Amino acid sequence: MNHDTYDDNYIRGILNGVKTIAMVGASPVNVRPSYFAFKYLAQRGYDMIPVNPGQVGKSLVGKPFVASLRDIGRPIDMVDIFRNSSVALSLVEEALTLDPLPKVIWMQLGVRNDEAAAKAEAAGLKVVMNRCPKIEYGRLSSEISWMGVNSRTLSSKRAPIPTQGMRLSLNRVSFGGGDTSAADRAAQGKKDPT
Amino acid sequence: MTERLPGFATLAIHAGAQPDPTTGARNTPIYQTTSFVFNDADHAASLFGLQAFGNIYTRIGNPTTAVLEERVAALEGGTAALAVASGHAAQVTALQQLLRPGDEFIAARKLYGGSINQFTHAFKSFGWNVVWADPDDISTFESAVTPRTKAIFIESIANPSGSVTDIEAISAVARKAGVPLIVDNTLASPYLIRPIDHGADIVLHSMTKFLGGHGNSIGGIIVDAGTFDWSRDNKYPVLSEPRPEYHGIKLQETFGNFAFAIACRVLGLRDLGAAISPFNSFLILTGIETLPLRMQKHCENAKAVAEWLSAHPAVASVNYAGLAGNRYNNLARKYAPKGAGALFTFTLKGGYDAGVNLVSNLRLFSHLANIGDTRSLVIHPASTTHSQLDDAQKIQAGAGPDLVRLSIGLEDKEDIIADLDQALRQ
Ligand SMILES: Cc1ncc(COP(=O)(O)O)c(C=O)c1O
Repeated sequence: MNHDTYDDNYIRGILNGVKTIAMVGASPVNVRPSYFAFKYLAQRGYDMIPVNPGQVGKSLVGKPFVASLRDIGRPIDMVDIFRNSSVALSLVEEALTLDPLPKVIWMQLGVRNDEAAAKAEAAGLKVVMNRCPKIEYGRLSSEISWMGVNSRTLSSKRAPIPTQGMRLSLNRVSFGGGDTSAADRAAQGKKDPT
Repeated sequence: MTERLPGFATLAIHAGAQPDPTTGARNTPIYQTTSFVFNDADHAASLFGLQAFGNIYTRIGNPTTAVLEERVAALEGGTAALAVASGHAAQVTALQQLLRPGDEFIAARKLYGGSINQFTHAFKSFGWNVVWADPDDISTFESAVTPRTKAIFIESIANPSGSVTDIEAISAVARKAGVPLIVDNTLASPYLIRPIDHGADIVLHSMTKFLGGHGNSIGGIIVDAGTFDWSRDNKYPVLSEPRPEYHGIKLQETFGNFAFAIACRVLGLRDLGAAISPFNSFLILTGIETLPLRMQKHCENAKAVAEWLSAHPAVASVNYAGLAGNRYNNLARKYAPKGAGALFTFTLKGGYDAGVNLVSNLRLFSHLANIGDTRSLVIHPASTTHSQLDDAQKIQAGAGPDLVRLSIGLEDKEDIIADLDQALRQ
């Protein structure tokens, strides 16, 4: 599978299909991108679980931190990796020991590890790399358009009234394939993206 | 299954717009309000902290304007856009994110006269030093690069000369220097040229011209191509370093490939304050719906008028890149195959006086300092838009004393030609 660009239908299918998301590397610091994404996805109705061994005992927007994927103790649909690309492989290996297996491995904007992706795909998981689920959700629902961002989608249906906690419709016509290459180039040599 | 992607004309009508959530209004409403209520304290804090997408205050963003922003971003093939009060506001807002006092930027000598003034005087007073280069000689861009260079600025089709710029060649210089290429695409509009396809990192417009298209609203826009890595070598701390006014957020890290547009909004527009009115956004949006049709007709009329003038005995030269044999015709064929735009200049054998006479004898053409209207427009740059420049600068900017600039409108081309004919006879 090509991981430079993704068809909107692929991303839409994932975001519509998953319910429980474990975010590895979630930060309790409220100016970090992982905090933004965690809070946003929780408000959109996903069942979010923060994973960070350094934060056990604390919670993130009301959800208690766990130390590792294995400590979650219930099925998860998606692992969102907010860590350095170099540790993505060991995180995928850990995810592949879970029973039942998660359905999706998502690596955050700036995170890409093709070996880890191949391993997850060989086990039947879907993989997204170098994307932010908050941005993709906002884009496909056109909520991100409020910031002048090009959602690369169209719709002639009445827009939903935005309220806190609602699930926005992701079902819009696409007009641009993937992303530009800038995020990929920016990803080279990036440190921990939390 | 890969979806079919909508074409340019479809995007010009639909991109960014959606029936209103509460009323079902199909056309984009004018959200003529200064401010937007928060759901609760947490929502307010999330918006101010850039954690959530949403509306706060029309200086920073507005739903009518957001539709315009997304539409232009879509037409240009960018990741995001920010609309502002004027083309000049777009220039200062964009450059403010890139330059610190003592920094330099390289600009093509052939630019709108107002931009030459802005760069030479206002920007100098900010400590932003413009270094001029000749768009007809790419080596002058290369030799202008120094360690303090932060950006390169060109016009895709230059005002007033109508000359076409070799965007790809200058983009290669920018790449090598590790700085973004900024292209003012006002004269071409994305219908004729999409600079991002040729290596631009930031595209600017005076929407006052062809995007609005009807001579009724001043506006400007900044389009982020999403192509530039702002964090590579710490040259652009506004984007790569923690922002103290937002509790230490790093913009590129948080917003990825639309971080520049966000910086222009949450720092530039917030602090410089040149917000566009929602009413102007609405009028410009309406104009954009017919952009493809208008540009086709502008180009068709301009070519017919340029051909007619070329054969006229009182005319010394016609400088329209759409004419075979013009110095810029090859570049026009490469970059603007659908047409070389509505704007061109010509010189009269009778010199300065003949130019002044022509302008006063025209009846259909309006003598004014704008371009890109449905109406045909005429100006004598040497005595108006470029009058603050000295003679050498005037000639370098393509605005010599014997030169007349036309912006060809959408009237019947026979009527446009008849007006020029009667004025040249007098
Ligand atoms: C090429 C170009 N850029 C910028 C501007 C400035 O735009 P505004 O008048 O909207 O500030 C103009 C205006 O004539 C222009 O022609």
